[in-house]
Amino acid sequence: MAERKLRVMVAKPGLDGHDRGARVLARCFRDAGFEVIYTGCHQTPEQIASAAIQEDVDVVGLSCLSGAHRYLFPAVAKLLKEQGADDITVVGGGIIPEQDFQMLYDAGLKAIWVPGATLDSIVEWFRTNVQPRN
Amino acid sequence: MERVKKIKAGDVRTASRLIRNLEDGMVEARSTIKHIFPLTGRAHVIGLTGSPGAGKSTLVDGLVESFRKKEKTVGVLAVDPTSPFTGGAILGDRIRMQRHAEDPGVFVRSLATRGALGGLAKAVGDAIHILDVMGKDIVIVETVGTGQQEVDIINHSHTVIVVLIPGMGDEIQAIKAGIMEIADIFVINKADREGSSKLRREIMAMLDMAPPETFAAGWRPPIIRVENAFEPEGFGKSLEELSATIEKHYQHLVQHNLIGSRVRRKAVVELNEAIRNSVLEPILERLVQAGEIEQMIQKLINKETDPYTLAEDVAKRYLKECST
Repeated sequence: MAERKLRVMVAKPGLDGHDRGARVLARCFRDAGFEVIYTGCHQTPEQIASAAIQEDVDVVGLSCLSGAHRYLFPAVAKLLKEQGADDITVVGGGIIPEQDFQMLYDAGLKAIWVPGATLDSIVEWFRTNVQPRN
Repeated sequence: MERVKKIKAGDVRTASRLIRNLEDGMVEARSTIKHIFPLTGRAHVIGLTGSPGAGKSTLVDGLVESFRKKEKTVGVLAVDPTSPFTGGAILGDRIRMQRHAEDPGVFVRSLATRGALGGLAKAVGDAIHILDVMGKDIVIVETVGTGQQEVDIINHSHTVIVVLIPGMGDEIQAIKAGIMEIADIFVINKADREGSSKLRREIMAMLDMAPPETFAAGWRPPIIRVENAFEPEGFGKSLEELSATIEKHYQHLVQHNLIGSRVRRKAVVELNEAIRNSVLEPILERLVQAGEIEQMIQKLINKETDPYTLAEDVAKRYLKECST
């Protein structure tokens, strides 16, 4: 029987080994019934975009705690777009100052979470704003 | 068909989308497979199985590297388990293989079991066909971490590799039925750890006791030792040995006309599966939609009837031949 299942990629771009948050989120997405592809730390934007396409995910969630989000997040969004995959939703989280939000939204990110965001609210956002692509 | 053309040309988006649609049970995806199927049969399909944490993904990564050096293109299907409670899954096999993410000669796709019990996902059989038609020379299928009984991988592979690690049990484990019987090649992984010589002796003893006809045309499964993956030189060498052994096995199959028997195994399974999909599923779906399933379950709970009578009634209603 046909049933669409949400596929989510959790990825950590750049030189940042702090993956506790990413792993907690991966687990929480699993518990929400999503299929989660976790790719580990130290990924280049190119690797992330390419993996997202090979895995046919609906969302890419980027985590960055090193301060390089201004470069890394837009790079992933741009690469997906270049490869005709801008129907994949890109979201992000980490240590991100509020004044950077707008430039990330402009770059194509659909949501940003910072410390204090609850797991429930993130899952809720996914359920409301991301449909498995048809 | 446009889609088939794109897949033949190696288009990753189209291929990954089609695999997704098969996983999700979309009927139109099945009709695309009708056009894919006749084009298949070119790739060498390698299955890797073994217990959780045995190092399957790391070995797959090493094999990809080794086959790429020989300029072969590689497709990987990596299966991880679905939660029986939430339906969610963590697909983490890719972590070990990410260095190949940008190589256009490599396609890695993770699949969740979604309730399948044989160590694979339902869509794996068709996903292999898709990678085959994409032109991958080698298709590697990594099962979920297996125990003793999940042997579906033999239905889909030309070459089955069983990955073992030292310290997992006594010699009785080695003579049990199931997973130990399906290997074309054994790998003793993490062989730098204590107990690897003992494990090797146990596998040897098991093979020595097997009736000779077990070994198709004289292929006695070789045992390859692979040591610490964090010491690239030794690890790389073992992986070269493993990939050479895999190629030797394939040549053995070809030389002795054994490919046919492997293809037949897959055909039997695919036919069974397809009949189930086309016959049973539509009936079940109707029963569910009409709420009849629920009524039947209640009848069973109240002991008003038995499952066989109910099933026969359904067969009489939906299947002409069966009711006569």
